[in-house]
Parts: sequence; structure tokens; C-alpha cells
Amino acid sequence: MATKDLIPKDSKPGAGIDPATGEYRVLGLGQTFKSVTEKISGIVLTPTTPLGWFALFGVGGALATVLLGALTWLFLVGVGIWAISQPVAWGFAIINFVWWIGIGHAGTLISAILLLFKQGWRNSINRFAEAMTIFAVVCAGMFPLIHVGRPWLGYWLFPYPNSMNVWPQFRSPLLWDVFAVSTYATISVVFWYIGMVPDFGTLRDRAKSPLAKYAYGLISLGWRGSTRHWMRYETASLLLAGLATPLVLSVHTVISFDFAVAVLPGWHTTIFPPYFVAGAIYSGFAMVLTLAIPLRKVYHLENLVTERHIDNMGKVMLATGFIVCYGYGMEVFMAWYSASHWEAFMMWNRMFGPMGWSYWVLITCNLAIPLTTLWSRKLRTSIPFMFFISIVVNTGMWFERFVIVVTSLYRDFLPSSWGTYRATRWDYAVYVGTLGLFTALFLLFVRFLPMIPMNEIRMMLPGAKITPKKAAEAAD
Amino acid sequence: MPAREGTYGLLAEFDTPSDLVRAAQKARHDGWRRMECYTPYPVEEAAEAIGFHRNKVPLITLIGGLMGLAAMFSMETWVSVLAYPLNIGGRPLYSWPAFIVPAYEWTILWAGLSAAFGMLALNGLPALYHPLFNAPNFRDGALTDKFFLCLEALDPKFDLAETREYLKTMEPASVVEVEY
Repeated sequence: MATKDLIPKDSKPGAGIDPATGEYRVLGLGQTFKSVTEKISGIVLTPTTPLGWFALFGVGGALATVLLGALTWLFLVGVGIWAISQPVAWGFAIINFVWWIGIGHAGTLISAILLLFKQGWRNSINRFAEAMTIFAVVCAGMFPLIHVGRPWLGYWLFPYPNSMNVWPQFRSPLLWDVFAVSTYATISVVFWYIGMVPDFGTLRDRAKSPLAKYAYGLISLGWRGSTRHWMRYETASLLLAGLATPLVLSVHTVISFDFAVAVLPGWHTTIFPPYFVAGAIYSGFAMVLTLAIPLRKVYHLENLVTERHIDNMGKVMLATGFIVCYGYGMEVFMAWYSASHWEAFMMWNRMFGPMGWSYWVLITCNLAIPLTTLWSRKLRTSIPFMFFISIVVNTGMWFERFVIVVTSLYRDFLPSSWGTYRATRWDYAVYVGTLGLFTALFLLFVRFLPMIPMNEIRMMLPGAKITPKKAAEAAD
Repeated sequence: MPAREGTYGLLAEFDTPSDLVRAAQKARHDGWRRMECYTPYPVEEAAEAIGFHRNKVPLITLIGGLMGLAAMFSMETWVSVLAYPLNIGGRPLYSWPAFIVPAYEWTILWAGLSAAFGMLALNGLPALYHPLFNAPNFRDGALTDKFFLCLEALDPKFDLAETREYLKTMEPASVVEVEY
């Protein structure tokens, strides 16, 4: 279909295609420094909160309370309340850990990698994607900790001088994980906060209530928009982006080492690092869409988060989806090509064994539905369809981790030790609880912090163009 | 530090970034050095105009990163070779390839923290008070849609009346005096 056929007849702002490029506009027409600032800061500085916010926060908070209850019972009784046992010793906790941290990766990709590639369109979705990263890491980081059985001894993971004279084993991927995830959480929070400082300055200057003035004044650190400050700030942002890029790739690589370094068929494979990273970005973009689509609708941000963003995210999902698809194909190929009896059996069992249904859910959700439909620009810019796809891919990526963890474990080398895995209500309670915690944290973010970076949007506006004196005079 | 008194400088307000950049270029050309632009988003041309080309953030980041690398790698070596040697099938104690991963993570951690906190320190932040916040129009627009040029009283060329006239030749929206 030619691009011109897609230009809507009534080209209302934000819905249109730029005739100069044939692409959807990154920002709607007619935006100024003032309108953008008022729009974004107005969401935070209003005294009225939408009723829907309270409703959703109630749901999120209730589920987070379920999490609290489930964790309390877990700490009282132990991990025996979960379905983990032999041979499946890694269950929901590790599945959810990998799933959540993968979701977080898209936020870093958007904030860091797309900044380095000078993808200006990222500015609109950058901030809440980063917030998503942090809340996803909060949920993810909890799982290894509660999975160790005695979380109050979690500090044993860190190298510190102790009276037992014991030090951690630095050759273990599980310890690498500790450093990878803690660094990732720290750098993400710092990058996110530094990005918000100038916007806090704007909020401080625009706030009416004394409490808001005081609070935003404090966290804005006295930002006053000095040019010298801005230049150092830009350098620091660029450096943080340059550091976060190898970091995000290393984090999921290290997580894949947790599996790949084991000698288990289905885990012991060199394709895991790239395949895990691509899968992380695939599910992360799906989660950005899941959050962005309702947000732009509820807060009327169609001029700032346009069809262009939805379209571009669809393209990224298509690309990373195919990398993941290559990973699935390679796993099957290697099972055959290795000529290893155990590898071949694992693959057959994964597809057609008693838990084979999970493999086909994964194939349907990650390959069959998205990778056939995302080619069409019409579908990529259809908002309901993209919301549907985002849910499908999130489901598919959860099942990918389920397949990797459970179907590799439940039938190992000796048939006498075969078992099965059936999650208990406590497994589900913890998982659903983290979904609630994530929702509640994200809603607090939307209510109290600027969810779109105002200073970055201002840079993209036509008014930001510097015109030489002669041109300015000629225009007068 | 003794409390400063009197005039901090004169603040000219402009409506567009182009006006600000032209005014800053002119002031720099006319010999002004103690001056600063205030913009709601980074304007690189304004930094060029006031002669601010380089900053120390990259150097601080590099030093921080190298320190992180050295700290983690030497700790891993010390723990694995000297403090708590584990004989696992006779494999070498100094197994440096395995040490790369945490050392790599700490390089990034320290470099990132150095970049962020180094930037804040060089900027003199947090600084919750600044004389500019006394200017009546500064907080209305400096971080929304207005562009300011401040000629500071510390510059030897500064004279309240003359400088005010000088700034007015640049056709600003307004010129106000900023007090400490």
C-alpha cells in the first residue's frame, strides 16, 4: 500500500503523516514550549486525581498486599510452600525473575541505546520506559532473594570481611548475577533521577501548593538551567547512556550464564546470551506498549506519543522477535546436529512431552501471532491491535522462561528421577502480587513525577531551531 | 564565606533561543566574560557563544571507571588466591577470565556514579539558593519557554546604568536587576 493512501482525509493534529517524509509525525502539529510544559506538568501539579487512578491503584495495592501476605507466609514456613522440589528445583521464582528483568531491559534500550543512535522519537516514551525498568527491577530483584530460602542472610552474597572467614566464589555465574543486577538497578535509578532533575526544576517553578514547591524544590537540587550546567549535564547523560548500553547487554548475558554454564541439556548452549538479550527487548517493548497505550489515552497524550512511536515499537518487536525465533530454531537444530541422545530427547520432550503444551503456547504467542501480523503498517498503527499484541507477547515471553526452566528440568538423565511441576497457590500469589506491586508503583510515578521528559521534548520542537540573524531579519 | 551584598548582575529576557544566542555572541565579542545563559533545555549554540567548550565530566568518569575495575579485580584476586583459596579439581586459583564479569560490572557502576555525581559537583549542585531566583521573571519562564542572558556584576566591564543600556540595544523582552 502506498504511503499516500494512508494519509487520513481529515488530517487532525497528531494523527497525520508528515508529507515531507511519508512517516507519521513524531510530535503532533502546533506544539510550543509552553503547551508542552503545561500539558506534562499539568498532569502532576493538578490537585484532582482521576477516579480511575484510584480504582487502578486500589487493585494494584490489593495485589501488592497479597504479595506481602505470600511473602510473610514464605518467610515463616520456607520455600516448601512453593512447588519447587527435585527434579524441578527452579520454579516460578526464577521464571519471574528472568521475565521481570527482561521487561526492564527495554527501558534501558530506549533511554540509552536509542539516545546513542540519535533516535529523537524516543524522547516521548523515554521517561516512563525508564520508570518501568526500575519497577521491573524492583520486582525482579526480589525473586532471587526470596528464592534463597533464608532471605535474612541475603547479605552473605556480598564479599565482606566476616567472622566465619568465608568469602564468596567469584567463579560462579550466580555471584556474577549479584553484581550485574545490583549495578543495573543502581545505574538505572541514577540515570532516571538525573534525567528528571531539570523537570523537577520546572515543576518547582510552576507548583502552586507549598508542599509541592518544597518537595520539588528539594529534589530539583536547585537546577536553574544554566548553560554551563546543561553542557555538563548533556555530557553526563551521554556517558551514562554509553555505560548503560554495555551494561544492559551484560546483565541478561550474565543471567543466561546461570543456565548456560550448567551441563543440563536445554540449558548448556552458547546461543543463550544473544537469545536472552533479544527476548528481553522483545518482551520489554511489549510492556512499554502495554503501559503507553492506556496512558496516552487516559492523559490525552496523543500529540506527544503518536502513531509513530507505536509504529516504531512494532518494528523493534518484529526485529527482536525474529532474533528470538532464530534462537528457537537453533535450539531445535542443535538438538539434532549435536547427535546427543540427551539433547534430542530433551527437545522431543519439550515439544511433545507431558508439558509440551507450554512450548506450543510459547510458539503461538511469540511467533505465530506477532511475527505474521507486525509486517503490516496498518496493524502496527492500530492501537487496539497493538495493545492485544503487547499482551500476547508478554504472555509468550513468560512461557518462554517457563519452557526453559521447567521443561529442561523435569525429565533429566535418569528416568527414575523424573518428576513434574505444578505451581501452588503461593507461586501464583507471589507472581500476581508482583504484578500488583508494579502497577501500584507505576501509578505513583504517573501521579507524582513527570512521565514525559519536558526538556527533551522542547529540544525537538520547531521553536528550538537557531536561525542566523540575516534569516531572522528576512523573515520579519 | 562572607555574605554577598548588592547586585549580582543584570538579567535580559528573550523570547527565542536565536535572540539569546545572538545576544550572547555579541556580548562575548564586546569583551564580556562573567556571563551566563539560562535556557529551558540544552542549547549548544549558547554554550559556544559564551565560550564554554569543554568540561571535565568525561575525565572524572574515566578515572571512576578505572578505579572500579581495579578495586573489583584486585579484590577478586585477593579473595580467590590468598584469603580463601578453593581447590576445585586442581584448577588454577588465579582464574582471571572468571573475574572479568564482576570487574566489568564495577567498572560501569563506578564510572556511572562518577559521571552523575561528578556532573553535579562540577555544577555546584545541590544549591537550593541562588540570587537569580530573586529575579521576578526568572522563575516564570526560565524552565518553561523563556531564554535569559545574565551579565554578572563581577565582570570588570559591569556598570549598572551603562550595562542596562547596553543590554537594551539587543532588543530583549525585559532587563531586570538581580540582587543577592
